[in-house]
Amino acid sequence: MTAQRPRYAEEAPYKIHGGCGLMGLCDESGTLMSGEDAILAMAIQHDRGNGLGGGFAGYGIYPEFPDHFAFHMMYHDVRAKEDAEALFDEYFVVDLAEPMPTRPVKRITDAPLLWRYFLNPHPRKLEEAESSAEDYVVKAVMTINATVDGAFVASSGKNMGVFKGVGYPEEIGHYFRLEEYAAHTWTGHNRFPTNTPGWWGGAHPFALLDWTIVHNGEISSYGINSRYLETFGYKCTLGTDTEVAAYLFDLMLRRHKLPLELACKALASPLWEEIDRMPAAERELMRSLRAVYGPAMLNGPFAIVLGFNGGMVALNDRIKLRPLVAARTGSVVMVASEESAIRAVMDSPDKVWTPKAGEPTVARVAGMDWPIHGDLHLSPTEVSCAVTGTETSCDFEEARA
Amino acid sequence: MPGTYIQPEFRVKIDYDKCHKCGRCVQQCGWGVYSFNERPIPDDSKCRACHRCVTFCPAHCITIEKNALAYKDNDNWTVDARKAIWRQAETGGVLLTSMGNPRPYPRIFDHLLLDACQVTNPSIDPLREPMELRTYLGRKPDAVSVEADGAGGYRLAPNGGMTANIQLDAPIIFSPMSYGSVSLNVHKSLAMAAQRLGTLMNTGEGGLHADLYPYQDRVIVQVASGRFGVDPEYLGRGAAIEIKIGQGAKPGIGGHLPGEKIDKEVSSTRMIPQGTDAISPAPHHDIYSIEDLRQLIYALKEASGYKPVGVKIAAVHNVAAIASGIVRAGADYIYLDGFRGGTGAAPQVIRDHIGIPIEVAIAVVDQRLRDEGIRNHASIVAAGSIRSSADAAKAIALGADVVAIGSAALMALGCHLCQSCHTGCCSWGLTTQKPELTRRLDPEWGAERLVNLVSAWSHEIQEILGALGVNAIESLRGSRERLRSVGLDAQMNAVLGVKPVGM
Repeated sequence: MTAQRPRYAEEAPYKIHGGCGLMGLCDESGTLMSGEDAILAMAIQHDRGNGLGGGFAGYGIYPEFPDHFAFHMMYHDVRAKEDAEALFDEYFVVDLAEPMPTRPVKRITDAPLLWRYFLNPHPRKLEEAESSAEDYVVKAVMTINATVDGAFVASSGKNMGVFKGVGYPEEIGHYFRLEEYAAHTWTGHNRFPTNTPGWWGGAHPFALLDWTIVHNGEISSYGINSRYLETFGYKCTLGTDTEVAAYLFDLMLRRHKLPLELACKALASPLWEEIDRMPAAERELMRSLRAVYGPAMLNGPFAIVLGFNGGMVALNDRIKLRPLVAARTGSVVMVASEESAIRAVMDSPDKVWTPKAGEPTVARVAGMDWPIHGDLHLSPTEVSCAVTGTETSCDFEEARA
Repeated sequence: MPGTYIQPEFRVKIDYDKCHKCGRCVQQCGWGVYSFNERPIPDDSKCRACHRCVTFCPAHCITIEKNALAYKDNDNWTVDARKAIWRQAETGGVLLTSMGNPRPYPRIFDHLLLDACQVTNPSIDPLREPMELRTYLGRKPDAVSVEADGAGGYRLAPNGGMTANIQLDAPIIFSPMSYGSVSLNVHKSLAMAAQRLGTLMNTGEGGLHADLYPYQDRVIVQVASGRFGVDPEYLGRGAAIEIKIGQGAKPGIGGHLPGEKIDKEVSSTRMIPQGTDAISPAPHHDIYSIEDLRQLIYALKEASGYKPVGVKIAAVHNVAAIASGIVRAGADYIYLDGFRGGTGAAPQVIRDHIGIPIEVAIAVVDQRLRDEGIRNHASIVAAGSIRSSADAAKAIALGADVVAIGSAALMALGCHLCQSCHTGCCSWGLTTQKPELTRRLDPEWGAERLVNLVSAWSHEIQEILGALGVNAIESLRGSRERLRSVGLDAQMNAVLGVKPVGM
């Protein structure tokens, strides 16, 4: 494989420092909202980015293909597209392949080829693989990211998609014509990296199947978080805090089967003096949780929004070093880095509040299932590989072991 | 023939114009330097430069100087080497010494620098924000498992959480120093300080004196090769039990407490006859392999109702593999003692030439346990010359859970590092059993000094954490990304898992 085309690893040979702005918008009744509001919320927070990355995730956007895995693809060139499509044809039944609808936007240049595919695993191949459809899809994502030079899977979940690129988020939103989509949950991100990335795949949200992460912050505990994850087989090759957060959620929710609320408590632990004051049963639980997951605690400033098909969770660091404001109007829950974004979207919110440090803000879409992972059985190595798409994280021998 | 070729190391100078002729120096000196004939007359050859007389001289008229005696220059045959040969030619014996290795081997801590936050993430002010040092010593499960509590929340599933861990309010504990090698007042000072600090003292191998029972929840009881003072009651009293395999100052060899130090109290605490030598064999005679160690670990757990059992080893060449075996044998913590660790008495050749630096031992053990996915099965206690809060923070960043301090604790109590513990004449009353000397340390005063030292270091570690932009010690533990090395070669950087400055 040549190393001519951009990959995450080339973007980040060392840890990226940076700040950002973010938003999350969810209608718990499941009512769909146009992407216009998401764009507006991010446009208001324009100054929180520097034009080097913006992106959105929308859930419920493909009602005509609710049971298909929607692959949002980025291709460096036609050959990459042909190579990836050969893999799609081999392993999947593709029911629709089309270019992503875009419109010209003045400052958006150097866009990769953007295509989307609605597909399902090839029934016979899936049977031969003796795995769940989710595992099958993630392995395909991993293979494409690692072995198809110049191709990158931006998202791969059902009835959702990630729209991201290099530019300010409002430009990216207009470019992808988000006002034409309707979603029950939107997340958005505005990036202010302090290095100079030039690659569309490096923008947020990060995605694996239907779950996405947008993240504002700098994890000062990155060193031990990544070493902790390595003991479980994850490979932190990007050098980004977001990657670490994604794996920690995977570890605690999927592999250790912790409820989301407790996973959030482990990532942004209460202070010991608060734990000491809790009722006995809760105190014992929190004491164990904190002592066992101490190396997983995300220490340092962050605000994070985890999106998935059942809703979203927003979480702040344990002493609230990064902004996060929340609001509710009827069944609509919104979080953003700045209240101005909320005021721009909601005329007169029923309630606006500042979530406490480490206190998760949860929005659940009625009638949608938790947990959020589906039938997934991947090893940490495979997850790392699928998320980052770098060769260095993909040791296939190890992944099989 | 002269009695010795060895000339005094120091010159004791008294300014007789200022001298009160009070004789306090005569009384204070444990080495018998002074005689008195109308004024104090020093015998330089006995002086250890312990500064007891200097400290207590009311006229401040005593100074100790290095003997400036010139030796013919020779970079190869140092003066120390020449003196050692003369002494051995005189005595035919093994040279004894005490405290830690003083030789100029590289000090890796002094080649490591910590990080701080600037702009992209904020530093935290420990005077305004919580800054948590609490640490749990012991085995942690791989994951926490929970069940619904029926009220919309969750509780721990049966056996789903952490058990048998010791809560420490700071990641600093006291090193094992046996009663016998140090005085009972030293033990009392350590025990009282450990209780007030919410940390631990360690009996060493000399048993637990009854006066320490009130503090037993803050005491690690040690089981060493001599098994002094070990019985079911002893095991039942400690907060944790520690099997001592080795010591950084004298890896691979045993111990010898001369009969003169075995007075009535030491005798009853150690459970040996008064006046007999207390000899610890080099190995435990029931541990000749790792599977034997496992048996002892579980025997002690059974005997104590499953208290945490730790294993103390000296840092030697193959320490990572040894530590892995110890953790797999069931140890709840592993105590690594680096080659600069102190001792009450050791052959100089062993102390000065065996073992590896603690920095390296922490790095390779932590990494090995991570590679094997068993890092959470045991805590790592690091010792062997932790000289400051900076050393402690760097040790923790390399991967230690807790650091242990012995020499530093003794210094808080008055030790001036004269390296003469083995003589039993400590003028500061620390490493002696002579009643006229041991009574010089008031345990209440000693405890206060120790509390001050550990509190000061804790505050400094909080300052370091704040600068690093984290507010809990677990976010520094093993976070080697926050360390950079300066002046180490690429190979050493790789061993330590630390990048050089600039990267």
